[in-house]
Amino acid sequence: MRASIRRLWQHDLAWSLRRSPVTVIAAALTLLCIGGALFAPWIAPQNPFDPASLNLNEAFHRPGDAGYPLGSDDQGRDLFSTILYGARISLGVGLAAVLLALVLGVSLGLVSGYVGGRLDAFIMRVADVQLSFPAILIALLVDGVARVSLPSNMAGSVAIPVLIFSIGISGWVQYARTVRGLTLVEREKEYVQAARVIGRRPLAIMLAHVLPNVMGSVLVIATIHIATAIITEATLSFLGVGVPPTQPSLGTLIRVGNDFLFSGEWWITLFPGCALVILVLSINLLGDWLRDALNPKLR
Amino acid sequence: MKKLLAAVVLAIALPAQAATLRWAAQNDILTFDPHSQNHATTLAMLMHVYEGLTRYGKKYEIEPALATSWKQLSPTQWRFNLRRNVKFHDGTPFTADDVIFSFGRIQQPQGTLQVYVAGVNEIRKVDDHTVDFILAGPDPVLLRKIIDFRIMSKAWAEKNRAQNVQDAKAKDETYASRNANGTGAYILKGWEPDKRLVFAANPAWWDKNEGNVTDVIYTPIKSDATRVSALLAGDVDLVTDLPTQDVARLKQNPSLRMLEGHEVRTIFIGLDQHNNELQYSDVKGKNPFKDVRVRRALNLAVDRDAIKRVTMRGLSIPAAIMVAPGVHGHTTELDKVSGADPAAARKLIAEAGYPNGFEFTLDCPNNRYVNDEEICQALVGMWAKAGLRVKLNAIPFSTHIPKILKHDTSAYMLGWGVATFDSLYSLQSLVRTKTTGADGSFNCGRMSDAKLDALIDAMKTEMDVKKRDAMIREALTRVRDEAFYVPLHHQLRPWAMKKNVTTLHRADDRPEARFARVD
Repeated sequence: MRASIRRLWQHDLAWSLRRSPVTVIAAALTLLCIGGALFAPWIAPQNPFDPASLNLNEAFHRPGDAGYPLGSDDQGRDLFSTILYGARISLGVGLAAVLLALVLGVSLGLVSGYVGGRLDAFIMRVADVQLSFPAILIALLVDGVARVSLPSNMAGSVAIPVLIFSIGISGWVQYARTVRGLTLVEREKEYVQAARVIGRRPLAIMLAHVLPNVMGSVLVIATIHIATAIITEATLSFLGVGVPPTQPSLGTLIRVGNDFLFSGEWWITLFPGCALVILVLSINLLGDWLRDALNPKLR
Repeated sequence: MKKLLAAVVLAIALPAQAATLRWAAQNDILTFDPHSQNHATTLAMLMHVYEGLTRYGKKYEIEPALATSWKQLSPTQWRFNLRRNVKFHDGTPFTADDVIFSFGRIQQPQGTLQVYVAGVNEIRKVDDHTVDFILAGPDPVLLRKIIDFRIMSKAWAEKNRAQNVQDAKAKDETYASRNANGTGAYILKGWEPDKRLVFAANPAWWDKNEGNVTDVIYTPIKSDATRVSALLAGDVDLVTDLPTQDVARLKQNPSLRMLEGHEVRTIFIGLDQHNNELQYSDVKGKNPFKDVRVRRALNLAVDRDAIKRVTMRGLSIPAAIMVAPGVHGHTTELDKVSGADPAAARKLIAEAGYPNGFEFTLDCPNNRYVNDEEICQALVGMWAKAGLRVKLNAIPFSTHIPKILKHDTSAYMLGWGVATFDSLYSLQSLVRTKTTGADGSFNCGRMSDAKLDALIDAMKTEMDVKKRDAMIREALTRVRDEAFYVPLHHQLRPWAMKKNVTTLHRADDRPEARFARVD
């Protein structure tokens, strides 16, 4: 037990982490955000998603008022609780969307690189076409089409799955391109040829031999992609096509608060904005560090 | 000296020559077809281009417009003398044929403006400049009603194959949806939906423009913050729907002028009282909204004072009845709001057979009425305290309105402005059992009550003011006591404009460029 902890402490990654105080802070903040989001029901004084717990008479409390450390919004929601619950949605949507993009992108990239030929050409051309549009545009397009084709009264209940789908779909390309490139290199290596010679089937080779060797780069992309996905979700919600206002994410909160900026209720938009910045910045810093730490040329 | 004098004269004369009024509000119009959508913003734009036989003066008194005079030949026959030498914007002369054509057009079932000619059986041409209105019965409010019966050129409609009214429910469009040819003070120069709408003054207009506005540019700006920024930055001259939270601050701004006034508009929640099973609910096999106890509970659970104080920042009058102050028939004594009592509401719902409450979806526009989405959100919370689980479906008004007109809803928010300033207009459109014509044209929940139908039909033709007032009173009281609707409040509508702009505040929320001056 002790030995294994020591081994972890002396691992390359841990060493590199110890050497970078910024990354340690970023990691701590990320953990804090994730912890706050995960344990929101136990930490938050109020459940802002339960309409019965809201009281309009408690709206527009200033930060610091008794029971409202960060103030309350126009519906009488405690902002601190709402940010915790909102971070839950933002993180949940971000992670799920990244997972979707990752699974889709990695499998297409593997197949494309390993099989090659026409299939490769087809998948890569689709990827090229999608790359020529900004991701937010694709997400908006998918979201819009999904909303119109689903019955309008379902808009509230399917908003989050639709959001995850549209952000996920808009992000698979970078995984596919990276994995394909790496697969092309790995495919020609001797261990793969050896596996082929002893008669392993292509699917098994892809999953058991090629995949573990490309995962490092995928993890780096995924970490940074989580931050991008959270921003995309916030943007969509800010534009009013994201999650419904009764279950606000950080982006929805910023949008709602934006309407009250002029009238002096600055806290409704400022605090969720700060939370979003801290969350995205720390994840980005972690991703940057991971990229450098995993790059053998920089070691 | 002469030169100086000329310069002074020029300086005085110049501002009056050309002035552009840049006007912004939250939502765009739905169509330019004058007979398609009974929607206040749309009608407010249409009235600049298309005119009716009568119009409102500065104090909502009836003025002659395309008709110069009228007289009652019998209780059910009115003779209108039409204005001579009036030309449509394309130059074709205005005659009795255009009136008769427009009458046929406004009555087509796909339109929603039949209410403005309800009770008119026929319009007969006497000669090119005289028409007779043949009524089904005596009509005490005919001259007010036909203000929004707007006249379109027959020749133009036929030339452009726009004889049929645009069917908004079928998402159909005709030439007349984007183009216009009326007789009014302004000519439509162009409309790019959700972007801008441009009018230019009609030099050949029959009447004199009281203001000096030669060009009107209307820009719909959905975001509250952006709209106010545009006004503060001087990008627009007039904003007619201010975010309630900014009113107090804008009042103190020395470069702006505020015009305060109320609007004859009531915001309410309608309920599906027709289907035997609600379309969007977890109650199966029955419709809880058919039970008066449930409807009363919905009313009882709403804290109208909190909505007024917090969401509307004081800019509303809590409502108990379906018409606003300023509408004939409204009295403060009828419109008395009782406080919220969620516990009693919960008890009533349990008595009605739903001890655990039930779930339903509330359809709500998010860009039409002042703070519409915020009010709906607050309602979700208030009803939750009475044990009801309400799902909020907040969508843009242009999607909301066809949805509820198709009765594809269980509960919906709507606001009703009264163009005629008479209670009959509201009662007939919202309360009367739905038929194909004007009756129940916006009774989207299809409530139906025989006693109210009889009262409303009687007041349509009752000429004795006292008797008619008693009927209105009885009807409004019955709607309130049977809780057929959940009235929320009547809107107050301050307008903000730059200091150099003067205009007339309109309780029907229809700014008229002909009264505006930009100096």
